[in-house]
Amino acid sequence: MEQAHPAPQDNARLIRRLLLLVAAAFVFAFAMVPLYNVLCEVTGFNGKTGAPGPARDGFSVGGLKAGTAPAMVVDVTRTVRVEFTGTVMPGLPWDMRPLTLSLDIHPGELQQVSYLVRNTSDREVTGQAVPSVTPGQAAQHFDKIECFCFSQQTLGPGEAREMPLAFIVKPEVDRDIAHITLSYAFFSIDGQRQTLTAREVQ
Amino acid sequence: MSIATTHPAEAPHEHYPSGLLRWLTTTNHKDIGTMYMTFALVMFFVGGIMILAVRAELFQPGLQLMRPEFFNQLIGVHALVMIFAALMPAATGFANWMIPLMIGAPDMALPRLNNWGFWLLPPAAILLTLPFTLALFGIGDGAIATGWTFYAPLSVQGGMGVDFAILAVHILGISSIMGSINIIVTIFNMRAPGMTMMKLPLFAWGWLITAFLLIATLPVLAGAVTMLLTDRHFGTHFFNAAGGGDPILFQHLFWFFGHPEVYILLLPVWGLMPHVLSTFSHKPVYGYTAQVYAFIAIGVLSVVVWAHHFFTAGMPVPALIYFMFSTMAISLPLAVLFFCWIATMWKGAMSFETPMLFAVGFIVLFGIAGLTGLILADVAADAQYHHSYFVVAHFHYALFAGGIMGVMTGVYYWLPKWTGHMYNEKLGKLHFWLTVVSFNLTFMPQFFLGLAGMPRRIPDYALQFAEFNAISTVGAFILGFSQLIFAWNVWSCVRGGAKADGRVWEGADGLEWELSSPPPHHSWEVQPQIK
Repeated sequence: MEQAHPAPQDNARLIRRLLLLVAAAFVFAFAMVPLYNVLCEVTGFNGKTGAPGPARDGFSVGGLKAGTAPAMVVDVTRTVRVEFTGTVMPGLPWDMRPLTLSLDIHPGELQQVSYLVRNTSDREVTGQAVPSVTPGQAAQHFDKIECFCFSQQTLGPGEAREMPLAFIVKPEVDRDIAHITLSYAFFSIDGQRQTLTAREVQ
Repeated sequence: MSIATTHPAEAPHEHYPSGLLRWLTTTNHKDIGTMYMTFALVMFFVGGIMILAVRAELFQPGLQLMRPEFFNQLIGVHALVMIFAALMPAATGFANWMIPLMIGAPDMALPRLNNWGFWLLPPAAILLTLPFTLALFGIGDGAIATGWTFYAPLSVQGGMGVDFAILAVHILGISSIMGSINIIVTIFNMRAPGMTMMKLPLFAWGWLITAFLLIATLPVLAGAVTMLLTDRHFGTHFFNAAGGGDPILFQHLFWFFGHPEVYILLLPVWGLMPHVLSTFSHKPVYGYTAQVYAFIAIGVLSVVVWAHHFFTAGMPVPALIYFMFSTMAISLPLAVLFFCWIATMWKGAMSFETPMLFAVGFIVLFGIAGLTGLILADVAADAQYHHSYFVVAHFHYALFAGGIMGVMTGVYYWLPKWTGHMYNEKLGKLHFWLTVVSFNLTFMPQFFLGLAGMPRRIPDYALQFAEFNAISTVGAFILGFSQLIFAWNVWSCVRGGAKADGRVWEGADGLEWELSSPPPHHSWEVQPQIK
């Protein structure tokens, strides 16, 4: 009989605990955002390239200071083919193509390539490139020393520009990996917050 | 289970409003259960009409009836309606009607919350379907066209139908969470004296696990669609790669909810199945304890396997292997359930009334869902079958044959208890045979279509898929119209028919059968003593 009409505080306590569980699950969803980023950086999950290392400090767009690049042992015993590609996302009136389609390199070598990007509209437009490396296992060993994706790029009406990229495939890259593809997606920045930093898009 | 009942005196006549006001203000678990079931049945037909339009378009290759955008809207809203507005409310309707009767409680623990939980549903259903109507008047471009999964970045770019769907999902989620809290509190605090947790009817056990899964995962979906909403309108970049976000993150968040959702839909059905099988086999339930532990195991495993829904999105190999094996591990507790169901029937004096037919049909067809699920869980095989009609066929075997046929099992089983009348047995059997034949006619060809490479969610297809699609469409129309028999049977059973006694079924066992049919408006005011 005593269970038929439980004391109200019994129910209240259980309800409070269950609501706490609901709140915890809701917070968990948002906690997934930073957790997922950390996971991606650690594992190269999803083609995310590693967090910018201290060696990259002091570089600026357009001026390559390769001399300060981290010294690496070049592994001449093997060759990795790196392929370059890129997509312009809808909403950005640009053309882009890699000037080098593919490159055979030794892990540890510093390489420089560039993309030709052209504004096809008659107005000034700002874009932001976001890189992705496939396979994901290679992403954490793909070091971009200099990249046009480190900052936003602005092109005047009809302007074309060669955008440089300098990178090292670190010798730690798995020996099974013979092919790496670097892909850029160029996004329009217009109408979006202007608070993007190189760190955020890494 | 042996019980001593003190026969409740005729329920005191109280004054409660009649007509519409009664249904708006009721806090009675039976009234609310009836409203949930009615709502689910109506929305079952709404979702069904949508998919019949889709099947009509797919009858022949080429575009005959609709624009691809409209096709996309129909498939997405069909899924959202069937999952959130038909199957989930039907399960909650069962819970409302049956859990208090089965555990000897006078009502749900939180009756006013119960009323509120139900009345959130109609506005949510209107929100979900309103964009179709608005588009007719030139407002907006129709309902959500991303499929039910809301995948970013498509959903970030979509029209205002996406906003309607996001808000509808929020409301539906709040309603489900309120229902879940109510059910957990009822089961924990309102059981009849002497009913320990291990004497709890299996139906209540199944619902208990469902309720905990809802509480643990629905807020994650709410969080994900909230991020989507702020991405769309408030300049955040959770899923926007240009802003440092990641669209794949959405898939993780969505399926962290989405996979347990499958078990949320199915656990109440697995819970009611042993009751039906035991009744019509005239034998006690086999393996009660094993089934309880299988429910718990499935509940726990369901939240750690989500990424098998997007094996092809790109994942490190160790992650693929982990998600493959953990997914396959779920088949172990499920096999325990299948074994217990069959063992319950084994050497029983079986009789095949409509609920038993549906239960046996459920076991066979749901078994096909489980076996094809194992194929999809295999990373290598999934690379081929992902996003093909094989997947569509698989989850319809799980959610139509498993979910909806399971709900129909329960409806035929308990309808005489609810209404006090027997349904028309001949029509019930006709409904079963038409359903089971046309269901297979609809979905079996889709396995072959998927194996042959037909992608899902596309309104047009290559010529070699024409025959199977034509068969599937014919099956779908028979399946759809057969459900009118069900609606008619339920309606005429509510209106009248042969009187049902309290026990209804000869082999029925459990507290709910100790009450008259229909039970008095207020039941178990004096709780039974379980010995």
